Amino acid sequence: MAGYTQGSGRPNQWLRNLNAKIASVPMILTAVVIFLGGTIWTVVYSFTNSKLLPRLSFVGLDQYERLWDAPRWLVSVQNLAIYGVFSLIFSLVIGFVLAALMDQKIRFENTFRTIMLYPFALSFIVTGLVWQWLLNPEFGIQSVVRSAGWESFTFDPLYNADIVIYGILIAALWQGTGLVMCLMLAGLRGIDEDIWKAARVDGIPMWKTYIFVVIPMMRGVFITTLVIIASGIVKVYDLVVAQTSGGPGIASEVPAKYVYDYMFQAQNLGQGFAASTMMLITVAIIIVPWAYLEFGGGRKRV
Amino acid sequence: MSDIVAFNSVADEAAPQVQTDRVIAGPRGRKPRRALSGRNIMIYGTLIVVALYYLLPLYVMVMTSLKGMPEIRLGNIFAPPVEITFEPWVKAWASACTGLNCDGLSRGFWNSVRITVPSTIVSIAIASVNGYALANWRFKGAELFFTILIVGAFIPYQVMIYPIVIVLREMGIYGTLTGLIIVHTIFGMPILTLLFRNYFAGLPEELFKAARVDGAGFWTIYFRIMLPMSLPIFVVAMILQVTGIWNDFLFGVVFTRPEYYPMTVQLNNIVNSVQGVKEYNVNMAATILTGAVPLFVYFVSGRLFVRGIAAGAVKG
Repeated sequence: MAGYTQGSGRPNQWLRNLNAKIASVPMILTAVVIFLGGTIWTVVYSFTNSKLLPRLSFVGLDQYERLWDAPRWLVSVQNLAIYGVFSLIFSLVIGFVLAALMDQKIRFENTFRTIMLYPFALSFIVTGLVWQWLLNPEFGIQSVVRSAGWESFTFDPLYNADIVIYGILIAALWQGTGLVMCLMLAGLRGIDEDIWKAARVDGIPMWKTYIFVVIPMMRGVFITTLVIIASGIVKVYDLVVAQTSGGPGIASEVPAKYVYDYMFQAQNLGQGFAASTMMLITVAIIIVPWAYLEFGGGRKRV
Repeated sequence: MSDIVAFNSVADEAAPQVQTDRVIAGPRGRKPRRALSGRNIMIYGTLIVVALYYLLPLYVMVMTSLKGMPEIRLGNIFAPPVEITFEPWVKAWASACTGLNCDGLSRGFWNSVRITVPSTIVSIAIASVNGYALANWRFKGAELFFTILIVGAFIPYQVMIYPIVIVLREMGIYGTLTGLIIVHTIFGMPILTLLFRNYFAGLPEELFKAARVDGAGFWTIYFRIMLPMSLPIFVVAMILQVTGIWNDFLFGVVFTRPEYYPMTVQLNNIVNSVQGVKEYNVNMAATILTGAVPLFVYFVSGRLFVRGIAAGAVKG
């Protein structure tokens, strides 16, 4: 044993395996100080009326009351809900359909996959700026269709407060569906070939096999993908900043942007902390049941 | 002996999946289909339309960046340029303005290089040694800290940003590149540690035991045995970190001063600046320049990239 000191009775527990402990110091500091400590710190300070600097003068739930009275926060939450529901549904459906198409033993599979996945290599800033350009009503898709003869064609989501969040959704789906497709394809490849043979022998049509046999078998992949997409949705920030900066007005604000703006621009730390605590709670609502199902239920899944 | 076992497992890791149902002799597989069956037309048709949709933004970006402003105002965005000009590229790189600075994206590019290179090296060095300690030299409490680390990966960054600002300010490195490198190391740690821990745990234990019997210690085993055997996973980690850090926006804007802004932040400031006439061709050239590094990594690394992001998807 490394560091085992012989002689004077008990070996020194702290010196055993010393190198491994030294190697883990960054992890221990990160886990305890930043992840655990930082989170607790933020939650505690969300109950104070900190403005420019964090101060420990508690005001109970004041910040939360103010938060849920703020129109901008309500718009942010509503946007996140719309964006979240649609991006979950669309990326799962599109990702799965694409994966199913890719799984038909097609030629050029690598080429298709490369094309579908390349947007994922790009940052949200780049994605947002490209789609800002494509959706520009003066020069983009709208103007092209209009100049082709359809004069009344209107497609300007980024300039229409009612539908601006869908404009962001289009960009997000373009960027992220390739990844979902890849995860789904890996799941489909994990399905035993015999299942397909059995279904074919029984004369079950392909779409029925997918819906009633294959998808239930891919439960694990679906849940993992769901968690990945969902925890990404809560963090959505860069995309909105690049595409609309929250506009028009406050129509495309999201919670992560609310937090940043209140912490670093409006110098209202208490609001920022309260809003970020709400984000934490949202993530916990998604993650805890999943973690319980995956690791707590006594069953092993990979 | 154990060397061979180890080598095989690495080879297995690196080799693509091989079909296993090679038992039946004689003709195998389905009946060959006609190439132009209705089914094939549907499948390939859909895939080609989808592929075009995915390629469209890239195409428009390139076309716009090669046009002059008068042509952009007149023509449609899908048309190829009548007169190709590289001026927007030169301007985007060397003289586009953010606020009062007019030295183009090149500054952001070099800042990003100065952030990405050390962050990648430091985070991988720390996480690989840590993963190795967790896989082979378990100590009391290690699993607890590791669990906190992994759970922490799901906490929104916004929750932890301000405490980190305070810590960095106390250390006197808030706003500097060093501070940002530390932040990237911290937030890269959960996924990288997981990646390395799982990889090292998958290596045959006999190898480790044999080295221990021969008297090798913690660092000797790491540098002489684990490191040379794990090059593929180091490449995966590198791809993950280079693209992730290059594409970061939030940490760049929170933890650095304007003169150290990474490329993504500077790009956003150039394109979304409210002053002056909008030069869409310059904006698109700047956008391509910013996307070029991760795209290059993506096209060069191919399959490894898929593995990297499958592992890194958790990072969000």
